[in-house]
Amino acid sequence: MSEHVPALPVYTPPKARSLLEPHRLFLIAVFAVIIFCIVWFMRWDWIPQYQGRLLYGIGQTLILLFSTAIAGFLFAVPLGLVQVTGPRPLAWLAKGFCTLIRGTPLLLQLWLIYYGLGSIFAQYPEIRQSFLWPYLRQAWPYGFVTLMISFAAYEGEVMRGAFAGVPKGEIEAAKAFGMRRFTLFRRIWLPRAIHRALPTLTGETVLQLKSTPLVATITVIDVYAVISKVRQDTYLTYEPLLLLALIYLCLTGMMIVAFRFVENRIPTRGA
Amino acid sequence: MAASSATMFDLSLLSLSAPGWGGVMLGGFVRSLELAIGGYCLGIVLGIGGAFGKLYGGPILRDLLEVYTTLIRAVPELVLILLLYYAGTDAVNQLIGLFNYGPVDINGLVAGIFVIGVVQGAYSTEVLRGAIKAVPPGQIEAARAYGMPPFQVLRRVTLPAMLPYAIPGLSNLWLIATKDTALLAVVGFSELTLVTRQAAGSTKAYMMFFLAAGVLYLLLTLVSNVVIGIIERRARRGMADPV
Amino acid sequence: MKNILKALTVAVALGAAPFSAAMAEQVKLGFAAEPYPPFTSPDANGKWVGWEVEFADAICKEAKLDCVITPVAWDGIIPALTSKKIDMIVGSMSITEERLKTIDFSDKYYNTPTGLIGPKDQTFDAKPESLAGKVIGVQVSTIHQAYATHYFGAKGAEIKEYQTQDEANQDLAAGRLDAVQADSIALDAFLKSEAGACCDLKGYVEDDPAILGLGVGVGLRKEDGALKEKINAAIKAIRANGTYDTFSKKYFDFDVYGK
Repeated sequence: MSEHVPALPVYTPPKARSLLEPHRLFLIAVFAVIIFCIVWFMRWDWIPQYQGRLLYGIGQTLILLFSTAIAGFLFAVPLGLVQVTGPRPLAWLAKGFCTLIRGTPLLLQLWLIYYGLGSIFAQYPEIRQSFLWPYLRQAWPYGFVTLMISFAAYEGEVMRGAFAGVPKGEIEAAKAFGMRRFTLFRRIWLPRAIHRALPTLTGETVLQLKSTPLVATITVIDVYAVISKVRQDTYLTYEPLLLLALIYLCLTGMMIVAFRFVENRIPTRGA
Repeated sequence: MAASSATMFDLSLLSLSAPGWGGVMLGGFVRSLELAIGGYCLGIVLGIGGAFGKLYGGPILRDLLEVYTTLIRAVPELVLILLLYYAGTDAVNQLIGLFNYGPVDINGLVAGIFVIGVVQGAYSTEVLRGAIKAVPPGQIEAARAYGMPPFQVLRRVTLPAMLPYAIPGLSNLWLIATKDTALLAVVGFSELTLVTRQAAGSTKAYMMFFLAAGVLYLLLTLVSNVVIGIIERRARRGMADPV
Repeated sequence: MKNILKALTVAVALGAAPFSAAMAEQVKLGFAAEPYPPFTSPDANGKWVGWEVEFADAICKEAKLDCVITPVAWDGIIPALTSKKIDMIVGSMSITEERLKTIDFSDKYYNTPTGLIGPKDQTFDAKPESLAGKVIGVQVSTIHQAYATHYFGAKGAEIKEYQTQDEANQDLAAGRLDAVQADSIALDAFLKSEAGACCDLKGYVEDDPAILGLGVGVGLRKEDGALKEKINAAIKAIRANGTYDTFSKKYFDFDVYGK
């Protein structure tokens, strides 16, 4: 069942075909009218007041996204590796971990880690003397850890397939060259596996971006939390949410363009 | 402090009848299942429509569907759920108001199914489109050559022939649907995650209730995996093993 | 293939389900889907209990309304009212100028002072000066959030906003917060619970009717004038015939209606 990860349709933006076909011109006109109505008839006067906070929120979202994706990927490599070559108990442990995280909702994990641990702190006030307390007191470390674990579990499944899929011949050739195990891993196996996993990274990172707003439910201030604040202050239902959707749309779009640019620079011969 | 840590895992709180919250949690679990099943089915209906529209529809329909799938897949589910949950009900009420029917009662479950269904629809459109494209065109042409009307071609050839290709993607979507239901906790729908938080807040046994809910979700995933495996083997009968 | 068709039919039928016609006098009564003792909290049977639930029952009976309890998320309760998901809010919502811009309120049905609690081992009072540098938890979109931001936030306190009151209390017990500002009765219920043993009342904040409002009323849509009249009449009636005092005595040993 674990093979199904790549079956999730990876997001692909529409190709920039000719925008000037007659029916497209018509559609563009229709959308322009809709957007005009949205801008003209809805209330947007709150934007200047919240501009600074919105930018801060977007920054926080992006920091959270990239830090958890990078840290998560670093965990995903050993998670995938032990499932392919590790000793049985370790492989089972890694597999169990991935199944556990992928089989439960992220929101539940987040609340378990934040409020569940919080209830333990309430039981043992001694924890408050530890040097870690200034960090444990804040909300973002819990958001970071949860998102990182989630990314690691999903990407670990991908890395497992990637490690298993590196052609045997290449590894045998490296052995024939007399490479030691670690050199072989460092110079052949790992780079080839990462190369194979790269195409999935765009999709996984977009999914991760879409998971970040959940941290707002544990008082971390990201762009979603800023918009929630706008909703509460102005009692507007739709306008802030529409702007939020637009922000995420732009972030996703920019990320895909950036990833495509990077992907195109990586030679794909022999992949 | 040892005594209080014992109360933290007081399993009697999970018993099914009154002092225990087990019954409430199972009720929430059932509502989560209803949401997931309803939303998933609606998603597949939308997906079949969307996939055929994208493949055989006119240029305007195709572009509109492209906008739909792109928007839904680029915006976080949480944001979509908030937008659709309020806007969906609002829109239906206004529409009904136009025809002078008076306000209708849209219960939370239906609104929730609608929200999950619309989100799932975008993904299943893509899954099903890929699967339909994988059906050898000769089979569909042969059906047409027999003089079958289009709907019969769909029912007797295209849908059954694409199933083996669609099943991995669709089973993945089912697993996503079960987990997306948790997001409705944010709009106050009493599904498993929200009743868990209420139970945890009322009893202060946060760790235990969240773990118990995790076990329920995990069981659902594991059972689904077994069923998916069986369906997959049946659907793949007579096909070459994947390489 | 038959099965697939069946599944499709079921799905279509589910899609059509919302159009079941509503009863004429059915009123959806909304409050926050969270434990907020002693006003509204879920019990282990999945029922909602508390002072406010009894109050709602009493006015519904008095006004002859067929009330259906519909818990919704607190931070979306006003959108839920305006988008007709619910028809009235009986959720300890204070009548404030800000809210009156968007929705309407009945007459008040209770009014209590605002308190501030903190850990027992810390000494401070509910004055802006002594709260500088402290982390204060409040529930989002409440009068307490507005008050704390205006008075304490401006004087250097950090205001943390929670989706539910229960979460703020929980984080105070966990030591992540230095203080929580909320309704004094709700805080009292927390202090009396096992988890509240950590903390005690630091004082009542200085009243500011412009922010803290003039008591708690039933939230209504602006266009539902008829419903408002019914509710106001019902509140008056249960105050006059003693029903209000009867169920209030079960919860409080003082007059919750306030001045």
